[in-house]
Amino acid sequence: MTSDFTIGVISFPGSNGDQDALHAITSDLGVAARSIDYRATDLSGLDAIILPGGFSYGDALRCGAIARFAPVMSELRTFVEQGKPVLGICNGFQVLCEAHLLPGALIRNKSLKFHCFRTNIRIDNATTAWTSGLTEGEVLELPVAHGEGAFYADPSRIEHLRVNGQIVARYCESDGSVTDLANPNGSVAGIAAICNEARNVVGLMPHPERATDPLLGGIDGLKILKSVLNRVAV
Amino acid sequence: MSDTGTDRQTWIVEAEVMPRTGVNDPQGEAVMSGLHSLGFAATSRVRCGKLIRIETVAVSEDDAIRQGTEMCERLLANPVVEEYVVSVASVVDGGTDS
Repeated sequence: MTSDFTIGVISFPGSNGDQDALHAITSDLGVAARSIDYRATDLSGLDAIILPGGFSYGDALRCGAIARFAPVMSELRTFVEQGKPVLGICNGFQVLCEAHLLPGALIRNKSLKFHCFRTNIRIDNATTAWTSGLTEGEVLELPVAHGEGAFYADPSRIEHLRVNGQIVARYCESDGSVTDLANPNGSVAGIAAICNEARNVVGLMPHPERATDPLLGGIDGLKILKSVLNRVAV
Repeated sequence: MSDTGTDRQTWIVEAEVMPRTGVNDPQGEAVMSGLHSLGFAATSRVRCGKLIRIETVAVSEDDAIRQGTEMCERLLANPVVEEYVVSVASVVDGGTDS
Protein backbone atom coordinates (compact mmCIF):
# COMPACT_ATOMS: atom_id res chain seq x y z
CA MET A 1 0.00 0.00 0.00
CA THR A 2 2.76 2.42 0.93
CA SER A 3 5.50 1.28 -1.40
CA ASP A 4 5.04 4.10 -3.87
CA PHE A 5 3.52 6.63 -1.51
CA THR A 6 5.29 9.98 -1.89
CA ILE A 7 5.02 12.97 0.40
CA GLY A 8 6.05 16.39 -0.90
CA VAL A 9 7.57 19.02 1.38
CA ILE A 10 7.33 22.60 0.14
CA SER A 11 10.35 24.83 0.76
CA PHE A 12 9.58 28.53 0.90
CA PRO A 13 12.32 31.12 1.26
CA GLY A 14 12.85 31.08 5.04
CA SER A 15 11.45 27.61 5.72
CA ASN A 16 13.67 25.82 8.23
CA GLY A 17 11.71 22.69 9.08
CA ASP A 18 11.77 21.33 5.53
CA GLN A 19 14.90 19.21 5.94
CA ASP A 20 13.62 17.85 9.27
CA ALA A 21 10.39 16.79 7.56
CA LEU A 22 12.17 15.21 4.58
CA HIS A 23 14.45 13.29 6.95
CA ALA A 24 11.57 12.13 9.16
CA ILE A 25 9.60 10.89 6.15
CA THR A 26 12.41 8.99 4.47
CA SER A 27 14.42 7.74 7.44
CA ASP A 28 11.81 7.25 10.14
CA LEU A 29 8.47 6.88 8.37
CA GLY A 30 10.12 4.95 5.56
CA VAL A 31 8.31 6.33 2.55
CA ALA A 32 9.48 8.49 -0.32
CA ALA A 33 9.76 12.24 0.13
CA ARG A 34 10.25 14.93 -2.47
CA SER A 35 11.39 18.47 -1.87
CA ILE A 36 9.08 20.94 -3.65
CA ASP A 37 10.36 24.36 -4.58
CA TYR A 38 8.00 27.27 -3.81
CA ARG A 39 8.04 28.16 -7.52
CA ALA A 40 6.87 24.69 -8.58
CA THR A 41 3.69 24.49 -10.62
CA ASP A 42 3.45 20.72 -10.93
CA LEU A 43 2.44 18.65 -7.92
CA SER A 44 1.59 15.50 -9.86
CA GLY A 45 2.76 12.19 -8.42
CA LEU A 46 2.40 13.36 -4.83
CA ASP A 47 0.06 11.61 -2.42
CA ALA A 48 0.35 14.14 0.40
CA ILE A 49 2.01 17.49 1.01
CA ILE A 50 3.57 19.07 4.08
CA LEU A 51 4.08 22.80 4.52
CA PRO A 52 6.97 22.91 6.99
CA GLY A 53 7.88 25.17 9.87
CA GLY A 54 10.16 28.16 9.70
CA PHE A 55 9.94 31.83 8.92
CA SER A 56 8.78 32.08 5.32
CA TYR A 57 9.66 35.46 3.82
CA GLY A 58 11.06 36.49 7.20
CA ASP A 59 7.53 36.68 8.65
CA ALA A 60 7.19 40.00 6.80
CA LEU A 61 3.87 41.77 7.50
CA ARG A 62 2.39 38.70 9.24
CA CYS A 63 3.54 35.09 9.53
CA GLY A 64 2.56 33.35 6.29
CA ALA A 65 1.12 36.48 4.68
CA ILE A 66 3.60 36.59 1.80
CA ALA A 67 4.09 32.83 1.30
CA ARG A 68 0.44 32.67 0.38
CA PHE A 69 1.34 34.35 -2.94
CA ALA A 70 4.12 31.89 -3.82
CA PRO A 71 3.58 30.31 -7.25
CA VAL A 72 3.11 26.82 -5.77
CA MET A 73 0.08 27.93 -3.79
CA SER A 74 -2.40 27.93 -6.66
CA GLU A 75 -1.49 24.36 -7.50
CA LEU A 76 -1.71 23.49 -3.79
CA ARG A 77 -5.26 24.83 -3.79
CA THR A 78 -6.14 22.42 -6.61
CA PHE A 79 -4.46 19.59 -4.66
CA VAL A 80 -6.65 20.44 -1.65
CA GLU A 81 -9.80 20.58 -3.80
CA GLN A 82 -8.99 17.07 -5.01
CA GLY A 83 -9.27 15.94 -1.38
CA LYS A 84 -5.62 15.04 -1.01
CA PRO A 85 -3.96 15.34 2.41
CA VAL A 86 -2.10 18.53 3.33
CA LEU A 87 -0.43 19.18 6.69
CA GLY A 88 0.78 22.61 7.75
CA ILE A 89 3.26 22.48 10.60
CA CYS A 90 3.89 25.65 12.61
CA ASN A 91 4.66 28.26 9.93
CA GLY A 92 2.93 25.94 7.47
CA PHE A 93 -0.20 26.23 9.64
CA GLN A 94 0.13 30.02 9.51
CA VAL A 95 0.47 29.91 5.71
CA LEU A 96 -2.67 27.75 5.37
CA CYS A 97 -4.66 30.21 7.51
CA GLU A 98 -3.42 33.20 5.50
CA ALA A 99 -4.31 31.33 2.30
CA HIS A 100 -7.82 30.73 3.71
CA LEU A 101 -7.38 26.99 3.34
CA LEU A 102 -7.95 26.86 7.10
CA PRO A 103 -10.06 29.23 9.23
CA GLY A 104 -8.73 31.55 11.93
CA ALA A 105 -5.33 33.11 12.51
CA LEU A 106 -2.23 32.65 14.67
CA ILE A 107 -1.04 35.56 16.74
CA ARG A 108 1.73 36.42 19.20
CA ASN A 109 2.17 34.09 22.18
CA LYS A 110 0.50 35.43 25.30
CA SER A 111 3.85 35.39 27.11
CA LEU A 112 5.61 37.27 24.28
CA LYS A 113 8.33 34.61 24.57
CA PHE A 114 9.46 32.30 21.82
CA HIS A 115 8.36 28.86 23.02
CA CYS A 116 10.78 26.00 22.49
CA PHE A 117 9.88 23.02 24.65
CA ARG A 118 7.77 19.87 24.73
CA THR A 119 4.02 20.01 25.05
CA ASN A 120 1.24 17.49 25.39
CA ILE A 121 -1.69 17.58 23.03
CA ARG A 122 -4.97 15.71 23.26
CA ILE A 123 -6.43 14.39 20.02
CA ASP A 124 -10.05 15.54 19.68
CA ASN A 125 -10.66 14.35 16.15
CA ALA A 126 -9.15 11.07 14.97
CA THR A 127 -10.91 11.08 11.61
CA THR A 128 -8.69 13.53 9.71
CA ALA A 129 -6.15 12.58 7.09
CA TRP A 130 -3.35 13.14 9.61
CA THR A 131 -4.90 11.69 12.79
CA SER A 132 -6.68 8.57 11.53
CA GLY A 133 -4.06 6.32 13.13
CA LEU A 134 -4.80 7.79 16.54
CA THR A 135 -7.75 7.50 18.89
CA GLU A 136 -9.87 10.30 20.30
CA GLY A 137 -8.53 11.32 23.68
CA GLU A 138 -5.03 10.02 22.96
CA VAL A 139 -2.24 12.21 24.33
CA LEU A 140 0.90 12.93 22.30
CA GLU A 141 4.08 14.59 23.49
CA LEU A 142 5.48 16.87 20.79
CA PRO A 143 7.93 19.77 20.71
CA VAL A 144 6.81 23.30 19.88
CA ALA A 145 8.99 26.10 18.52
CA HIS A 146 7.06 29.29 17.85
CA GLY A 147 6.64 32.92 18.78
CA GLU A 148 3.26 33.36 17.16
CA GLY A 149 1.33 30.21 17.90
CA ALA A 150 -1.78 31.48 19.63
CA PHE A 151 -4.76 30.37 17.56
CA TYR A 152 -7.53 32.92 17.32
CA ALA A 153 -11.00 32.92 15.85
CA ASP A 154 -14.03 34.81 17.12
CA PRO A 155 -16.36 33.00 19.56
CA SER A 156 -18.97 32.08 16.96
CA ARG A 157 -16.30 30.60 14.67
CA ILE A 158 -14.80 28.64 17.58
CA GLU A 159 -18.23 27.24 18.38
CA HIS A 160 -18.70 26.32 14.72
CA LEU A 161 -15.31 24.57 14.69
CA ARG A 162 -16.19 22.68 17.86
CA VAL A 163 -19.62 21.54 16.72
CA ASN A 164 -18.25 20.62 13.33
CA GLY A 165 -15.39 18.55 14.76
CA GLN A 166 -12.71 20.78 13.24
CA ILE A 167 -10.76 21.13 16.48
CA VAL A 168 -8.22 18.35 15.95
CA ALA A 169 -6.03 18.72 19.06
CA ARG A 170 -5.73 20.85 22.19
CA TYR A 171 -2.84 21.46 24.59
CA CYS A 172 -3.28 19.33 27.69
CA GLU A 173 -1.66 17.92 30.81
CA SER A 174 0.04 14.54 30.56
CA ASP A 175 -3.19 12.88 31.74
CA GLY A 176 -5.13 14.48 28.90
CA SER A 177 -6.93 17.14 30.91
CA VAL A 178 -7.19 20.45 29.09
CA THR A 179 -6.18 23.28 31.44
CA ASP A 180 -5.09 26.89 31.10
CA LEU A 181 -1.73 25.93 32.56
CA ALA A 182 -1.18 23.41 29.78
CA ASN A 183 -1.95 26.05 27.14
CA PRO A 184 1.46 27.63 26.61
CA ASN A 185 0.66 30.37 24.15
CA GLY A 186 -2.83 31.61 24.92
CA SER A 187 -4.59 29.82 22.05
CA VAL A 188 -8.35 30.26 22.22
CA ALA A 189 -9.86 27.06 23.67
CA GLY A 190 -6.32 25.66 23.95
CA ILE A 191 -6.34 24.82 20.25
CA ALA A 192 -3.15 23.23 18.92
CA ALA A 193 -4.51 21.85 15.64
CA ILE A 194 -7.54 22.32 13.40
CA CYS A 195 -8.75 20.93 10.10
CA ASN A 196 -10.89 22.10 7.20
CA GLU A 197 -14.44 20.87 6.72
CA ALA A 198 -13.32 18.12 4.35
CA ARG A 199 -10.81 16.82 6.97
CA ASN A 200 -7.97 16.59 4.42
CA VAL A 201 -6.18 19.80 5.46
CA VAL A 202 -4.74 19.97 8.98
CA GLY A 203 -2.79 22.78 10.63
CA LEU A 204 -0.70 21.81 13.65
CA MET A 205 1.45 24.11 15.79
CA PRO A 206 3.70 21.44 17.41
CA HIS A 207 6.34 19.65 15.32
CA PRO A 208 5.62 15.95 14.66
CA GLU A 209 8.65 15.75 12.34
CA ARG A 210 10.90 16.49 15.32
CA ALA A 211 9.60 13.53 17.34
CA THR A 212 10.14 10.56 15.06
CA ASP A 213 13.16 8.84 16.61
CA PRO A 214 14.03 7.92 20.21
CA LEU A 215 17.24 9.92 19.76
CA LEU A 216 15.11 13.03 19.40
CA GLY A 217 13.43 12.31 22.73
CA GLY A 218 10.20 10.83 21.45
CA ILE A 219 8.43 9.12 18.58
CA ASP A 220 4.88 10.41 18.99
CA GLY A 221 5.25 12.51 15.84
CA LEU A 222 5.44 9.34 13.80
CA LYS A 223 1.82 8.58 14.72
CA ILE A 224 0.73 11.75 12.93
CA LEU A 225 2.84 11.06 9.85
CA LYS A 226 1.82 7.38 9.75
CA SER A 227 -1.85 8.30 9.76
CA VAL A 228 -1.64 9.71 6.25
CA LEU A 229 -0.54 6.31 4.96
CA ASN A 230 -3.90 4.88 6.05
CA ARG A 231 -5.55 7.11 3.57
CA VAL A 232 -5.81 5.74 0.11
CA ALA A 233 -6.19 8.54 -2.43
CA VAL A 234 -9.73 9.86 -2.34
CA MET B 1 3.30 64.75 -17.10
CA SER B 2 0.80 62.26 -18.42
CA ASP B 3 -0.43 62.75 -21.95
CA THR B 4 -3.71 60.99 -21.34
CA GLY B 5 -5.35 64.09 -19.97
CA THR B 6 -6.21 62.45 -16.65
CA ASP B 7 -5.07 64.12 -13.49
CA ARG B 8 -2.70 61.44 -12.24
CA GLN B 9 -0.69 62.26 -9.15
CA THR B 10 1.43 60.47 -6.61
CA TRP B 11 -0.31 60.17 -3.26
CA ILE B 12 0.84 58.99 0.11
CA VAL B 13 -1.66 56.48 1.45
CA GLU B 14 -1.42 55.44 5.09
CA ALA B 15 -2.93 52.22 6.35
CA GLU B 16 -3.23 52.01 10.13
CA VAL B 17 -3.67 48.37 11.11
CA MET B 18 -4.68 47.55 14.69
CA PRO B 19 -5.57 44.37 16.58
CA ARG B 20 -9.33 43.98 16.77
CA THR B 21 -11.14 44.59 20.04
CA GLY B 22 -11.19 41.33 21.96
CA VAL B 23 -8.02 39.99 20.36
CA ASN B 24 -5.13 39.58 22.80
CA ASP B 25 -2.33 42.09 22.27
CA PRO B 26 0.56 40.88 24.46
CA GLN B 27 2.88 43.37 22.76
CA GLY B 28 0.65 46.24 23.90
CA GLU B 29 0.58 44.81 27.42
CA ALA B 30 4.38 44.59 27.49
CA VAL B 31 4.69 48.20 26.33
CA MET B 32 2.25 49.30 29.01
CA SER B 33 4.27 47.48 31.63
CA GLY B 34 7.38 49.34 30.37
CA LEU B 35 5.56 52.66 30.58
CA HIS B 36 4.49 51.87 34.14
CA SER B 37 8.11 51.10 35.01
CA LEU B 38 9.07 54.54 33.70
CA GLY B 39 6.56 56.16 36.01
CA PHE B 40 3.65 56.68 33.61
CA ALA B 41 1.34 55.34 36.28
CA ALA B 42 -1.77 56.82 34.67
CA THR B 43 -1.37 54.65 31.55
CA SER B 44 -4.37 52.32 31.53
CA ARG B 45 -4.31 50.68 28.10
CA VAL B 46 -1.86 50.24 25.23
CA ARG B 47 -2.57 48.60 21.89
CA CYS B 48 0.20 48.06 19.34
CA GLY B 49 -0.50 47.99 15.63
CA LYS B 50 1.36 49.05 12.55
CA LEU B 51 1.41 51.95 10.15
CA ILE B 52 2.07 51.17 6.51
CA ARG B 53 2.89 54.15 4.28
CA ILE B 54 2.45 53.62 0.56
CA GLU B 55 3.22 55.91 -2.36
CA THR B 56 0.84 55.29 -5.22
CA VAL B 57 -0.37 57.01 -8.34
CA ALA B 58 -4.07 57.82 -8.34
CA VAL B 59 -6.41 60.05 -10.28
CA SER B 60 -8.08 61.49 -7.18
CA GLU B 61 -8.10 61.34 -3.40
CA ASP B 62 -11.03 58.94 -3.58
CA ASP B 63 -9.08 56.73 -5.97
CA ALA B 64 -6.08 56.73 -3.60
CA ILE B 65 -8.30 55.74 -0.67
CA ARG B 66 -10.00 53.08 -2.79
CA GLN B 67 -6.61 51.60 -3.68
CA GLY B 68 -5.48 51.64 -0.04
CA THR B 69 -8.72 49.97 1.07
CA GLU B 70 -8.32 47.21 -1.49
CA MET B 71 -4.69 46.71 -0.39
CA CYS B 72 -5.84 46.33 3.22
CA GLU B 73 -8.63 43.93 2.29
CA ARG B 74 -6.37 41.72 0.21
CA LEU B 75 -3.05 41.84 2.06
CA LEU B 76 -2.18 44.53 4.60
CA ALA B 77 -4.69 43.52 7.27
CA ASN B 78 -5.94 40.11 8.33
CA PRO B 79 -9.65 40.66 9.05
CA VAL B 80 -9.71 37.71 11.46
CA VAL B 81 -7.57 39.57 13.98
CA GLU B 82 -7.06 43.11 12.67
CA GLU B 83 -9.01 46.20 11.64
CA TYR B 84 -7.71 49.09 9.58
CA VAL B 85 -8.18 52.73 8.74
CA VAL B 86 -6.97 54.17 5.44
CA SER B 87 -6.07 57.84 5.09
CA VAL B 88 -4.40 59.96 2.46
CA ALA B 89 -1.61 61.81 4.19
CA SER B 90 -0.36 64.22 1.56
CA VAL B 91 0.40 64.68 -2.11
CA VAL B 92 4.03 64.09 -3.00
CA ASP B 93 4.21 66.14 -6.20
CA GLY B 94 2.31 67.14 -9.28
CA GLY B 95 2.76 63.96 -11.26
CA THR B 96 5.26 61.49 -12.57
CA ASP B 97 7.33 61.52 -15.72
CA SER B 98 5.97 58.25 -17.03
